[in-house]
Amino acid sequence: MGDIKKLQTANCKLQTEAETQILNDLEEVKDPEIPVISVVELGVVREIKLEDGRVTVSITPTYTGCPAMKVMEADIRTKLLEKGYTDVVVNTVLSPAWTTDWITEAAKEKLRVYGIAPPEKSSADKNSLFGTPKITKCPRCGSENTTMISQFGSTACKALWKCSDCLEPFDHFKCI
Amino acid sequence: MTQQEALFEYCLRLGDTSLVLSHRLSEWTGHGPILEEDLAMTNIALDLVGQARTLLTYAGQVEGKGRTEDDLAYFRNDLQFRNALLVEQPNGDFAVTIARQFYYNAFAYLLYTELQKSTDVTIAGVAAKSIKETSYHLRHCSEWVIRLGDGTEESHNRMQDAINQLWMFTGDLFEKTAGDELLISAGIAADTATLKTKWDAMISEVMERATLTVPTTTYMMKGSRNGIHSEHLGYLLAEMQSLSRSLPGVTW
Repeated sequence: MGDIKKLQTANCKLQTEAETQILNDLEEVKDPEIPVISVVELGVVREIKLEDGRVTVSITPTYTGCPAMKVMEADIRTKLLEKGYTDVVVNTVLSPAWTTDWITEAAKEKLRVYGIAPPEKSSADKNSLFGTPKITKCPRCGSENTTMISQFGSTACKALWKCSDCLEPFDHFKCI
Repeated sequence: MTQQEALFEYCLRLGDTSLVLSHRLSEWTGHGPILEEDLAMTNIALDLVGQARTLLTYAGQVEGKGRTEDDLAYFRNDLQFRNALLVEQPNGDFAVTIARQFYYNAFAYLLYTELQKSTDVTIAGVAAKSIKETSYHLRHCSEWVIRLGDGTEESHNRMQDAINQLWMFTGDLFEKTAGDELLISAGIAADTATLKTKWDAMISEVMERATLTVPTTTYMMKGSRNGIHSEHLGYLLAEMQSLSRSLPGVTW
């Protein structure tokens, strides 16, 4: 039953025990740019189907141009081949669009420990213009006395921030 | 023209516009005025090339002649490109790049908002994805318009010059074809005529905060929907396509 709960939080569609086992196997595939969380925890694995020996894994891109998606696709395939599946298809689905709300709570804590301020729950930043800036806690000292340096950081999913108390710069996983 | 042909053209319009603007922004890589801005333009270019890939792949599927995203990006000449005239304009100084991005993003924000309702699932999917990215691109360049417009005398003048210089390419964003009308009645495409008033309001709001003046000249360049481009596109494509044209089928 624990697995069923996990698959619900991971927003992944599956129906059988065997498919749940595949989801567990994919827990071993890490995000190539943030190696502390898995592709399952990131919420990009949308559906797993096992039919007549063929495994079909549907994944959704985080950002349309994210170069890590190709790597994830290859890593998922390699992992499942290692696990003994011989016929593996990985395809991409666009809808519904990925949101940071699909990142599991446990994964958000892993991000914070890793030094990346996690996206806040349900605070997808939809203001196109002049929205009130939201509060982002420093992942190191927990201070709310922080400012954004740039909306764009080392990867498409991150923004650059700095903490005015501990004076450390940090990455913030953008809410989308 | 059949609906299939119209949809192919429409996907090229959307995909080519993202692709060409992405290439222009990529020209700033390593040349940004500050490190953060270098990263910002590269990131925006990456989002745009992602949108272009999905749209051109889909265009190839709609056409049904087996052309891939790469065939469409690298093996068509300028007369076959359907991107908006605005996005092929050279980077100029930083103010020109920001003005181009601002005009385009305000348009893209409205367009993708509408296209989320498209009856075509791929277009609706691309729109739902792109609207998130477009929202923060728009916020980013709007902030720069204000910072530069309401900055020093020098930055104000340069921002106003850039706004004036690119104004005549903005009308082309809203150009419609007979094929578009077909798609609009089928609920697939957005009617750009209905976006114009909202676009004017968005531009005015930011320009006012930036102490800038919205141009009033009415002469507009057009023709991109029929492949009539400014001279700049040919040079851009020559650079973008040179590797694939020299070594067809090359991969890494």
